Amino acid sequence: MTSGICVYLEHESGKLESVSLELLGQARALADASGERLTGLILGANTAPLAAEAARYNLDEILCVEHPALEPYTTDASTQAAHRALMKYTPNILLLGATPNGRDLAGRLAVRLRTGLTADCTGLEIQSTDQGSILLCEVTGFGGGISATITCKTRRPQMATVRPGVFLPPQAGAPGPKTCSTRLEISIHPESLRTQVLERHFHLAGDLTRAKRLVIGGRGVQGEFELLEKLARALDAEIGATRVAVDHGWISKEAMIGQTGYVTRPRLAVACGVSGALQFMVGIQNAEVVVAINNDPEAPIFEQADLCITEDLFQILPSLIEEVTQP
Amino acid sequence: MNALQMIVCMKVVPRPEEVKVDPVKHTLDRANVRSVINPPDMNALELALSLKDQHGGNITILSMGPPFVEPYLRLAMMLGADRACLLSDMAFAGSDTLATTYALAKGIEKIGAYDLVLCGEESSDGATAQVPAGLAEWLDSSQITFALDLEYLPEKQEIQARRELRGGWEKVLSTLPAVVSVRGGINQPRFLDYHRKTWAFEEAPLEVWNAAEIGADLDLLGFSGSGTTVEGVREMPHRERRREFLHGSPAEIARQLATHLRPHL
Repeated sequence: MTSGICVYLEHESGKLESVSLELLGQARALADASGERLTGLILGANTAPLAAEAARYNLDEILCVEHPALEPYTTDASTQAAHRALMKYTPNILLLGATPNGRDLAGRLAVRLRTGLTADCTGLEIQSTDQGSILLCEVTGFGGGISATITCKTRRPQMATVRPGVFLPPQAGAPGPKTCSTRLEISIHPESLRTQVLERHFHLAGDLTRAKRLVIGGRGVQGEFELLEKLARALDAEIGATRVAVDHGWISKEAMIGQTGYVTRPRLAVACGVSGALQFMVGIQNAEVVVAINNDPEAPIFEQADLCITEDLFQILPSLIEEVTQP
Repeated sequence: MNALQMIVCMKVVPRPEEVKVDPVKHTLDRANVRSVINPPDMNALELALSLKDQHGGNITILSMGPPFVEPYLRLAMMLGADRACLLSDMAFAGSDTLATTYALAKGIEKIGAYDLVLCGEESSDGATAQVPAGLAEWLDSSQITFALDLEYLPEKQEIQARRELRGGWEKVLSTLPAVVSVRGGINQPRFLDYHRKTWAFEEAPLEVWNAAEIGADLDLLGFSGSGTTVEGVREMPHRERRREFLHGSPAEIARQLATHLRPHL
């Protein structure tokens, strides 16, 4: 009999990933609604500090699998460790962040467990039934224009990956002395590890899922991102871009917003020269206020903007920068 | 030294902007929707072609879908692939990633020995990105997902690739055989080679296999082989926005806009 909700707590450079914390917040709500226990799963070389950090987030239990081969992440080591832990603790539901490594692990693990995996969810709910708690996963497809509810009714665990930025991170509480932390010993044979990490690089790009304000450039910007950067400085905003702008090489892929980029929830999004394709709009649909500036009055973005300006952005932005920088 | 045996997985997908939800039946209305080779799969093919240019070897295209996708597979052969295999059977209908990866793995088993399976990172219709990793598990093969480039090291019979991380990348070495998923847009797919047109469309080997021909267990395919069920599909409700248009000279518009923005700064 399977029971409980398990969240895979991904970490990098000694810190839990933000998407893992976001999952803990939502998973706590699902656990409370269904009476399931909430367990965090940590795989790593030195798990104690991570478990201490996780204990601030109102978990019922933390399960740590410790082995030197688990850092940095490799598919083979993590799949073995997670599989061992899951066979022992048999959760009803397993949630992972839809990061590159979260997806790398989830896809492999789901087949090893012969279970159903719903990928890249944009919403999670739970339903109590005769078969126990059933996870209702919302996914968007076809560029965000269509959504589907997906379940995994007969196989366990019910697996889902959730994209970063969908749920709000919970407030960290005081360290939880009541959180029970369990360590699981495993052995990993070196010959079973088929990949080896040679080097790793991180760039200090801002995480756009957390941006309070965004200035976003599309095709209409014609490569003039300097002008947008000036506006961004004036508004204390981050810079985002559509796929078209990234594909033209006007700005790095790190700035891409939409279905294949960041899904954001800013207080303000100023979209400049953006037409408003569905694939893009999914990335700003949770913005509180959307401003659209585009000289094509037929652009679909005007259907989904709060403030609409059908003028040339090169005429508007210099005056706007002047206005907002005036005391 | 053996030449590289490569398999490129390719999916023919509907153009995303043309798909609608049937408002009555709540199913996807794919009628009158044009199709396209899933764009990242073209990047996977281009990577395979450049490895073939550099090291020799051969490329088999593997796809799953209805017979109408055949011409797309012939286009891939016109670009430089040597052979194509299409898995086509009503028994595959309704397969989720668990059942799909099983069927693809059985197809690869029938194709024979391979060094590299290359896939696009995800399909533009399903967008799960879970097929490459699931396929690698069925094949008991190494995997590198979200690759940004790839180098073949013939003397060691290994590959080396940069793969994407959240906020960065890492360089990974892997033994062969391996399944590699390729990030969309990492290279520029080449132009069609018209010298290959007649061969690709009239002579090139394109085999269509059903479930029995790949030796697949019917219980592991389609709905019975799937872990997930689609409960319902709907068109996303658009959040209602104010849609207030600002008018006047650019300076006047800028002033109004600045007034509107101030509470949000």
